[in-house]
Amino acid sequence: MKKEFKIISELIENNTRALDVGCGDGTLMKYLKDEKHVDTRGLEISKKNVQDCTSKGLFVIEGNAEKDLHQFPNLSFDYAILSQTLQAFYNPEKVINDLLRVANKAIVTIPNFGHWKVRIHLLLKGTMPITETLPNEWYNTPNLHMCTIKDFFNFCSKKKIELYKSIALNGEKTSKINSGNINIKNLSSELGIFLIKK
Amino acid sequence: MNTKENIKKIIVKKPLKLDCGKTIENYPLAYETYGTLNKKKDNAILVFHALSGDQFVSGTNPITNKSGWWSYAVGPDKAIDTNKFFIICANVIGGCMGSYGPSSIDPKTNKTVGINFPVITINDMINAQYNLLNFFEIDKLFSVTGGSMGGMQALQFVANFPDKTKTAIPIACTASHSAQNIALNELGRQAIMADKNWNNGNYFNTGSSPNNGLAIARMAAHITYLSKKSLEDKFGRKLQERDDLKFSFDADFQIESYLRHQGNAFVDRFDANSYLYITRAMDYFDLIKQYNGNLSNAFKDSKTKFFIISFTSDWLYPTLENKEIVIALNAAGTDVGFIEITSDKGHDSFLLDVPDFLSSVRNFLEANY
Repeated sequence: MKKEFKIISELIENNTRALDVGCGDGTLMKYLKDEKHVDTRGLEISKKNVQDCTSKGLFVIEGNAEKDLHQFPNLSFDYAILSQTLQAFYNPEKVINDLLRVANKAIVTIPNFGHWKVRIHLLLKGTMPITETLPNEWYNTPNLHMCTIKDFFNFCSKKKIELYKSIALNGEKTSKINSGNINIKNLSSELGIFLIKK
Repeated sequence: MNTKENIKKIIVKKPLKLDCGKTIENYPLAYETYGTLNKKKDNAILVFHALSGDQFVSGTNPITNKSGWWSYAVGPDKAIDTNKFFIICANVIGGCMGSYGPSSIDPKTNKTVGINFPVITINDMINAQYNLLNFFEIDKLFSVTGGSMGGMQALQFVANFPDKTKTAIPIACTASHSAQNIALNELGRQAIMADKNWNNGNYFNTGSSPNNGLAIARMAAHITYLSKKSLEDKFGRKLQERDDLKFSFDADFQIESYLRHQGNAFVDRFDANSYLYITRAMDYFDLIKQYNGNLSNAFKDSKTKFFIISFTSDWLYPTLENKEIVIALNAAGTDVGFIEITSDKGHDSFLLDVPDFLSSVRNFLEANY
């Protein structure tokens, strides 16, 4: 399991309820279910992935976060998880609000557009950056609203969203993000992982 | 029709109060089983048939000598594996394959019941079939499933008996019959009732049945089970055994010939009055109203794990209506999975060889057994 999922699972307490939005093939859900006895549900856009999850005994609904989160009642989960997809929505703010409506807390991970490799790529090459976490060309990327972890940090403070935990990930290395080191972390991290609550 | 006497039946002694207010008792309920009930009695799946189906799910139907209606899904090593599971399917009350229905003989008058048969509901059908659990001494089913009206029955089963099945797979169905569906059913009923042979439902001793009306009802309904694309792909504008148009009202086009065949084949195995009663039961189905406008209340006491399946090209019970069920189940906090299967084959997809559908059912059953 990738490091990002390990960090996410450490943020989730045992015997809770979690909704994994964009759960993919269910790797994280299965881990949470088996190792932490978390009652998990998934929302997933790919039919193939829904099939894979079903055969793992996971309960996943085919759908899309922007259209289908409305079907979950208020605070029906302890956690809502959104891994590296916030930038692909038409209206990320609405998705964040919906996550914090259906769950007490949300875990959001952001591929960082402020990472130094991304900045250098744009500065020196003058073309849209392509990296490991952002592998697509500008014309076929699903990403509509790229942001930096500093952007997300600022967004939370502007929208009065509490940042419970902010973790920077660079390769396998994790570190805490705070208002004092945000500019450095925004340069050095590939991924930001945030535990938020409204 | 032949050998109907050999159909397996239980006689339900326990009185059943129907939604219409009448009570029935000592009535026959015909059923068929596939596979073997294990010692723990925890491998039973109750399958519910749709409007034109019967208890002969798989293998060869002994009455029609055709394949069972769900042969693609049910059988040895199939998605619903009879090597592993014990499958029970009953003919619904109101039906015409041995269960109590309008073609039954009333022992008091020795005449066919006809339209003296009470108007029944999906709820009544389920309460009648529940007696099979007692008969087989099964405390809890492993699953209930069915497509179309069979899916509605699966929903009703969990609503009525929240702790009597571990899982449920309602397929291509709805929680509340839509105006469009009522309209299409009414078209079929009017076709039957407009046939002079219907004779207000008393046609059994007249020597002629409302075959034309029933065939037209079936033709109209059959169109609704397909999709525009499946009609185009299968028939297009191809002509039937001729090189050119005949400038007549014969079946020039293959689609016409196909529908006529479907209509004619149907009257050999189905009773017109049963068609009226069963379509009525479907129209009356409104689980939302039954639970005072809140569908999630139908499932709030249930630990049953659900898997809802719809098909992209099904315009009779579209994905949107299936998703309403998912939403209600989510609101009730039950375990629910949902998948919309890509298929061009319309509502009939659940009866056909649609590999993604069949593997989904298999995966769900195996992961939860």
